[in-house]
Amino acid sequence: MSPRWRGRLSDLVLHGLGLGATLLGLLVLAILLADILRDGLGRLSWDFLTGLPSRRAENAGIFPALAGTVWVIAVTTVLAVPIGIGAAVYLEEYGDRGWWARLIEINIANLAGVPSVIYGLLALGLFVRTLGFGRSVLAGAATLALLVLPVVILASREALRAVPPSLREASYALGATRWQTVWHQVLPVALPGMLTGTILALSRAIGETAPLLAIGALTYVPFAPDGIRSPFTVLPIQVFNWMSRPQEAFLENAAAGIMVLLVLLLGMNGFAAWLRDRCQG
Amino acid sequence: MASRTMAIPSLADVAARGREGEVVDTGTKVDVRGLSCFYGETRALDNVSMRIPAHQVTACVGPSGCGKSTFLRALNRMNELIPSTRVTGSVAIDGQDVYAPEADPVEVRRRVGMVFQKSNPFPKSVFENVAYGLRVNGLAGSRAELEDRVEASLRTAALWDEVQDRLRDSALALSVGQQQRLCIARALAVEPDVLLMDEPASALDPIATQRIEELVYQLKQRYTIVIVTHNMQQAARVSDGTAFFWLGKLVEHDLTSRIFTAPARKLTEDYVTGRLG
Amino acid sequence: MARTRQDRIEGVIEWALRACAGASVLVTVGILSILSVETFRFLREVSPLEFLFGTVWTPLFFQESFGVLPLVAGTLLVSAIALVVALPAGLLTAVYLSEYAPPRVRRSVKPVLEVLAGLPTVVYGYFALLAVTPFLQQFIPGLSGFNALSPGLVMGVMILPLVSSLSEDALQGVPRGLRDASRALGATRAQTTLGVVLPAAMSGISAAAVLAVSRAIGETMIVAIAAGQQPRLTLNPLVPIETMTAYIVQVSLGDAPTGTLAYRTIFAVGMLLFISTFSLNLVSTWLRGRYREAYP
Repeated sequence: MSPRWRGRLSDLVLHGLGLGATLLGLLVLAILLADILRDGLGRLSWDFLTGLPSRRAENAGIFPALAGTVWVIAVTTVLAVPIGIGAAVYLEEYGDRGWWARLIEINIANLAGVPSVIYGLLALGLFVRTLGFGRSVLAGAATLALLVLPVVILASREALRAVPPSLREASYALGATRWQTVWHQVLPVALPGMLTGTILALSRAIGETAPLLAIGALTYVPFAPDGIRSPFTVLPIQVFNWMSRPQEAFLENAAAGIMVLLVLLLGMNGFAAWLRDRCQG
Repeated sequence: MASRTMAIPSLADVAARGREGEVVDTGTKVDVRGLSCFYGETRALDNVSMRIPAHQVTACVGPSGCGKSTFLRALNRMNELIPSTRVTGSVAIDGQDVYAPEADPVEVRRRVGMVFQKSNPFPKSVFENVAYGLRVNGLAGSRAELEDRVEASLRTAALWDEVQDRLRDSALALSVGQQQRLCIARALAVEPDVLLMDEPASALDPIATQRIEELVYQLKQRYTIVIVTHNMQQAARVSDGTAFFWLGKLVEHDLTSRIFTAPARKLTEDYVTGRLG
Repeated sequence: MARTRQDRIEGVIEWALRACAGASVLVTVGILSILSVETFRFLREVSPLEFLFGTVWTPLFFQESFGVLPLVAGTLLVSAIALVVALPAGLLTAVYLSEYAPPRVRRSVKPVLEVLAGLPTVVYGYFALLAVTPFLQQFIPGLSGFNALSPGLVMGVMILPLVSSLSEDALQGVPRGLRDASRALGATRAQTTLGVVLPAAMSGISAAAVLAVSRAIGETMIVAIAAGQQPRLTLNPLVPIETMTAYIVQVSLGDAPTGTLAYRTIFAVGMLLFISTFSLNLVSTWLRGRYREAYP
């Protein structure tokens, strides 16, 4: 074969393989979603959303898990976001590039890659056993707060970095102090970007199962939480629980639960995208 | 139509001058007719016609954004690599239109070598940089032939003496001037007839620049060279013919000596004397 | 006077912010100390040699045995299957998106791939257990309901976007000039990609690959749901196995009382998991730093 033809053939082959690989990912996503829709659509109803778990699959609802997820994510937000944004402000606006800042930087990058189940072990030892939070909403939220903290910091730093330096210089030139500059000039500009990144991080936390299983979050909770000390369950754990039942009907519940979970995620991601577009435009 | 009034030099006008100053007709190597280039809706090159004589150095000058680089990249169809570019008109090399439907852009680019503004050696050894074009085009039958042709190219690019002991070293370890001559050697290895140079010395110091210019002078014995430069002195030093571009149009193309002393158009005179951009 | 009061406020705020940043270090310290303390207590009762090189893992049985190798083997088996899917497919996707795809296709495909990366892992577990395994059982007669194969394949698809997006970043980091030079020599797009762009991006791509390994080892729910709970030392992908992560989940569900040896095993296994993923992440960060140096 002439080199000309070999070159052209290799072009065709690589293009085809690349396209095939890309389609593979998209195809699997389509099949997965179709499979869940097929299994779960029949179970989805108002009663399912507002019902309590039951031994009888057709009566079982997801309300306690849905309420649990909302509780846990709300408390996670309160715990993680101020600390995360504070850390990001320190690293971007105050960090003196010394060893302390560098250490924190490397540490955050690596924490973001630690498996989530390890955070569960930390929380089990620290919150549940040592601090005596028990298996409460507080323990679950604290666990997820540890998990999302590195991601919130990384996203907030990115948003801060996008603020033009000229803005800071202008503020300093008027005699403003560092904190006045940050509070009045930098943060308002960076806030939409920070929120977008934070919402995405929290939407990741909504789907987390393993760390909450590790702290012993209960898989059967027939009531919605009534406070941060209350026992709780969340959507992915309820889904996991139904999935481990042998009866076919519970598997349908699991699929329907996944659909609720995905709609929640879609809503958060859509909100984040809307926020980003609105502030860019 | 503005372009109609422009001087499209005849072959005789742009014939080469030998060292002694007599006019030698070396024939047309590249015949460009009605060439226009578009980036999306923007017209970067407007109806350019020009004959580039063989075995001569033709310099393209003009302010940045005037279309001279676009013109150069249209000659070997490199423009096509940028999405949404469109080219009309024809470019004939040795009478064959490189934009003809049956023409293969890959084949065109092998016959028309190109050296870029910023030296861009591959992150490979010196040897592999020069051997790359030979390998992808299947031009060397044996290892010995490959080595011979790499050496020959490095010698032609006046780099052999400096790198013969460093062939296995990374090309990135060479000085910037050496890197640019390596890129020239890399382009020469596939034995093109035409060599396009896009401001090849703009990133170099004066000494390295001088070496490149000497090299260009020697290379025209074997190659037809088109060089884009923003440096008027360089155009005057190395080229036989000069083409002046302005706002995407070819204003004037003539012997370099005439362009710099007695240009036909006022715009050209204003530019070469520094009164414009 | 006003100045000094302002200065004091500034000082307090700076310390508060510094403390926030320090909190992230406390997380690492917390993980390390909890894991170390419990692992240390575990190793007082079980010799490190038995733990690391023993081939039977039955800590919850009457006849206790604490050889972690079956869990390690299960983890490596599933991860290997996942990587066989994720590395080639992810890299090819990156090559397609970076070198071939028209910008419009690229802009619309990337967000969809991000959806794939953002799906909760419990969803993938459902898919592996209830869709992929039954599907594969039609072709592979010996395939158990729980096995390493189908969670491995599904995990591969889950990691694919990570590999493709990081590799694509690496490919995009290769200067345009190198592609131009190669194309100007008459090389085709494929020759340019394989001969110049991929080698130039190699350290960035390896960083992506190493991170993918780390992600596969640490992935929990897919294997906890679909791979089974039978620690065994095997390379057979058709039978139930147990990974390190799945074991942690299994014990957590069973609610082992504090202070028992069974309770400590999950910390010892967690320590092993932490050390492997943390060091892989460090290697990946280092490779990426090297790449950024080459093409700033």
